[in-house]
Order: sequence, then C-alpha cells, then structure tokens
Amino acid sequence: MSSRDLILARIRSAVAGAPQTDVEEARGYRTSPAPGEESGRVELFAERVRDYRAIVHVVPEEEVADTVARALSGRNAGRLVIPDGLPEEWLGAVPATLERLRDDPPLAAADLDAADGVITGCAAGIAETGTIVLSAGPGQGRRALTLVPDYHLCVVRADQVVPGVPEAISRLDPVRPLTWISGPSATSDIELNRVEGVHGPRTLEVVIAISGPR
Amino acid sequence: MSGSGTFLGMPSFPENAEKALQDSQLRFNLRKATHTIRGKRAAVVEELPDWQELRAAGKAIKDDALRNLDRYLLQAEEAITKAGGHVHWASDAAEANEIVTGLIRATGETRVMKVKSMATQEIGLNEALEREGITAYETDLAELIVQLGDDWPSHILVPAIHRNRSEIREIFTEHMAEWGRPAPEGLSDDPRTLADAARLHLRERFLSTKVGVSGANFLIAETGTLVVLESEGNGRMCLTLPETLISVVGIEKVLPTWRDLEVFLQLLPRSSTGERMNPYTSMWTGATEGQEFHLVLLDNGRTKVLADEIGRQALRCIRCSACLNVCPVYERVGGHAYGSVYPGPIGAILTPQLRGMASELDASLPYASSLCGACYDVCPVAIDIPEVLVHLRSKAPHAPAERLGLTAAGWVLDKPVRLERAQRLATRFRGLVPKRRLPGPGAAWTATRDVPAVPEESFRDWWQRTEEGGGR
Ligand code: SF4
Repeated sequence: MSSRDLILARIRSAVAGAPQTDVEEARGYRTSPAPGEESGRVELFAERVRDYRAIVHVVPEEEVADTVARALSGRNAGRLVIPDGLPEEWLGAVPATLERLRDDPPLAAADLDAADGVITGCAAGIAETGTIVLSAGPGQGRRALTLVPDYHLCVVRADQVVPGVPEAISRLDPVRPLTWISGPSATSDIELNRVEGVHGPRTLEVVIAISGPR
Repeated sequence: MSGSGTFLGMPSFPENAEKALQDSQLRFNLRKATHTIRGKRAAVVEELPDWQELRAAGKAIKDDALRNLDRYLLQAEEAITKAGGHVHWASDAAEANEIVTGLIRATGETRVMKVKSMATQEIGLNEALEREGITAYETDLAELIVQLGDDWPSHILVPAIHRNRSEIREIFTEHMAEWGRPAPEGLSDDPRTLADAARLHLRERFLSTKVGVSGANFLIAETGTLVVLESEGNGRMCLTLPETLISVVGIEKVLPTWRDLEVFLQLLPRSSTGERMNPYTSMWTGATEGQEFHLVLLDNGRTKVLADEIGRQALRCIRCSACLNVCPVYERVGGHAYGSVYPGPIGAILTPQLRGMASELDASLPYASSLCGACYDVCPVAIDIPEVLVHLRSKAPHAPAERLGLTAAGWVLDKPVRLERAQRLATRFRGLVPKRRLPGPGAAWTATRDVPAVPEESFRDWWQRTEEGGGR
C-alpha cells in the first residue's frame, strides 16, 4: 500500500461516523462594513499603515508624480527598479538622471540587492488592517522585486482600498502569487523589542492617490 | 542541537519544571514576554466586535476540514498538480525526512535555507539532513539564535525568549563565523544592531542558496494555495528566491475553501503576535514564477489523534501560541520542560497524543496544568484544552503518571515556600555545581545542552531586597 493510500485509509477509519459540521451556518461574522464605516475608509487605511511605522502620503491623483519625485530625492535614490506596466505618469516628475532598472530580462538577485529601491502599484489595500496586497500583476512585478531592495515605494489608488479582510479575499485571485504587506519587515525576537527592517525592505513608503475633488 | 527533534529520553515534566524554576533569568524573560504579548493580543481582539463569531467560524471550518480530510487532501493534491507542483505523502517522520533528502539530493545541492517550521522540527529534519551531509540554515532571527547557540526553542512564537540581549550578542560573536559571515567587530547588544548583524549574516545566503525548505500555516483544498505568515521577510526570501522549494505540511493544515482565509487571516495574527496583521503573508499555488515546487504532506501520528473523539480537537490548532502566554504553568517553567517542539497547554495535549504516553515525560504532560481554563478562553479555534487534559489523564498509564505527574502543576504553583527553598538551595550550592551541568535528576536533560550558571542571588531574594516585596 502506498503511503498516500495508507494515510487516506487511516483518515477514513478515524472519522467514520463522526458528525458533519454546517460551516455556512457558522459564518456569523462581518463580511461588509457597517453603515457609516465606508466614508472613513481611506483615512483609516492611512492611519493603520502609519501605525506600522511606514511613511504615508495622502494626495490628489495629479500630485502623485511630485510626491514620488520628492520621496526619491529625499532618499537619494538614483537606481530604481521599475516593474512592467507601471503607469508612466507616476514617474512624470523624476529627474532624467534616475537610472531605471527594468526586469526584462529578469534582474539577478545581486542587481536587485544593489538597487536603491523599487516603486510599484498594488492589487488591493485593506483599511482595517493597514495591509497592501501585491499580486505580481502589471506595475507590481514578480515577488523578488519588492523583497530584495531596501526601500519600497508603493502607490495605492483610493478605489483599491477595501474595508476589511473578507472584501479583500473576495476580490483577489488565489491562482496568482500574492504578497500581503503590513508595514516594513520587523522582528520582536530580542527581548520583545520591535525592530523594523530585518530581511525585507527596511523602509516602506506609501502614496495614497485620491481621485476627483477631495 | 544534538538530540532528535522530538527530544526523546527526557525526564518527566516535574523534573524539568524543577530545574526551570531555579532559572531566574528564564522566569523573568518569560514573564515579561508572556505578559507583553498577552496585553497586545487583548487590545487587538477587543477591536473586533465580531471576535466570538470569527472564533466560532474558525472552529466550524476546522471541524469540517478534519471530518472530510481525505476528500480535501485529494482536492488539494489535484489543484497543486494541475498548477505544476508535486505532492508527496509521508506517513511518518522517517519517510518525510527520506523524501526531503531525496528531493534535495536530486538538485545536487548540499545547502538549504529554512524558514521556521514546527513540522520540520517535529520530524527532526535538520538532524536527518546533517547525517546525509546536507546543511540546513535556519533564517528566522530566533531560530538563528537557537541554532547558533546549539539550543532548543522554548516558545512557538518567540523561540529564543529564554535568551536576553547580552546572551544573544555573545552567541553571535562566538558562533556566526562557524556558519558563514562573522559578526561585525565590537558588536553591541542593542537590538537594532543585533538585527542588522543578522541581516548581514544571512543576506548573501539568501541570494545564493538554491533550495528552500518551509512549512505552511494553511493549505487551501479548493485552490491548492499554500499560505505562510511571517514578520521578518526571511520567509519571503526562502519561498521566492530559490530555484526549488520544498514545503513540509501537516495534513491538518487544510482549509476547505479560499474564502476560509477571511476568517483565519483575522484570527491568527491577532492571537499570535497581537497585531492587526503580521508584516508579510505569502500565498502561492503550485510551481510559481519558474520555481520547482514540492509539497510533502505529513501524517506522523495525526491520524491517530484524529481517531480520538475528544482528543481530535487538538488538530484544529493553528499554532498561534496564545494559550502559552496565558498559562500560569508555562509562565513559570518555560517551554523546555515540555520536552517537545510543542510547549505549553497545546503541547500538553498534542505531544502525548502524537507520541503516545509510553515515556514518563509524555505520560506526565497531561498533568502539567492546573485546569484553570485560561487557554480555552483565548484559543481562536476554541479547543477545550482542559477537557482534553482530563480525558488524557484517564488514558495515561496510571502508576507512573500518578507518582510523577499528579502533582506536576501543583509542584510549580505551590509557591512560594517550595520555590523559594529550591532557589535558595540552588544558590547556596552554587560552588558545588559543576560548571554549566546540573547534577542529579536534571543531568539527563542537561547532558545535551549547557545550563546557565546559577546566579549568586536568587531572583526572589533579589526581588525582596530591591522591592521590599512591594507590588508583584
Ligand atoms: S491550542 Fe489554540 S491557543 Fe493554543 S496555539 Fe493552538 S490555536 Fe493557539
């Protein structure tokens, strides 16, 4: 008997006759925001991302380019990884001297390590938990791009921000590789002191773009 | 770590506990850790008005997953295979180790990097690989501390909680060079500096190692998606950079549907680190971004637990460690006393079921509790730990268990007189204790590891002297 068959047979004999559970009946938790919660969604998102000690800007859409340019010059970031499909207008105000590292052909891990940072969009933001979700889609790139460089600048459109985890799950495609990011990497392993930045980017900067009149 | 991952041959819980009680640094660290995390957890749980509903849903989903485990595992296998991954089945630890060894051999590599995984600790994978000439590098900061210090983890979430910053500095300075890039000259014991040293030490390894080994927090049957929650980014490094990824996952980690994650991604981070969300969560399905992917499904006693009507609820556990942080017994004795990779209340019900109660240690574990019920209250999947403890006590081989175990929790909690006497005694005989080895009943346990030197003044004496017994 293969181990597969053995394990399956053990399971079947172990649970034989055990009662079934009605899962749907047990889903009594919130899956959509309470009335009134919706209005403060973007503000809550900004506040919760800040709680993780990330840098957060909330700006009208037309100011994204300037905000991005200021953020990069503030860090002296001269070599930036730029994933395919990133909206060109976000880079509309960066100096011509900025070295743009394209991932085509794929950059070696050492190249990513030598870059000053990476700029991406995202697939979703979650207000309640201050989480950004990347799905390796256009403007995000493969997973290593946002992992190896020490600085991650992420642009989130306000209409991408959902109230809570259930709304995010229903909008994401599990077939895609997903990375959920809640603040910069951190550890509390040394006497429980929280230290930001261990192996992932040590700095996370988020630009939230509001469309239309504020 | 020189023993196997299952810490076999250890003396019983009371003997271990007695030893731990004499270690004031350990007790001080533990108390600080458990109380800090406890407070953070309470605050973020409070934030969610539907916590109890989430908890009920978490329980129901896990019960359904376990009841129909055969079907869900087959479904996951099919989805992963379709997505280009390979699924292997391991009935016990030896078979799992053999499979992983074979997969690594096939790549021609002799070095692998690991992200913290309790399943691979349970099967003693690192030791098995070492015997085959393969070096496994741990990459979690805490696991690194444990590995460099040739030590055992003592807490699910913060495995090196028994080490303070100056001990960590010492471990880094003395041992990093044996494993790769040495610690920077003149390393201080500032946590920021220590974390930077770990970043430097591991960076090159992350960028060059071709095989990664992980566990997983969840496996989604419907889609074949694996989910790993972490904080530091070493998990993402191990999961995304290597050409080959091997994940060893207990069969009980299955969740039936993608949607079920909406429950567990709320329950786990808040229960575990006391955060609204942990810094990084990775999800992938099959072979991703050109990587070769292998899933090893592990039984190793789980189907035996599943057959026990009362005991099977232990398989709902999502390893959040909330039960450790509220346990009055754990707080006093620490993780090592439980003699397994699963410490605290969950260890007390899981280990004797996974391993059976043939050894004195395992037979005494169901008694390592005062049945106060705090663990049940915080458990995000509502495991009735006291119920299982009582049930296991009735099944334990009685004579040795009664002799050794019945008073296990009592021994620990029957303070302060006995505790004080034990500590005083240990301090008084300080000069007689052979350096870093305990005599008597503790010897079997300490034979494989170093013991911190007994302090000149016991914690209790120090406390009384400096605080005049005021406050706690
Ligand atoms: S038994 Fe419950 S509280 Fe303890 S680690 Fe498991 S899930 Fe968490």
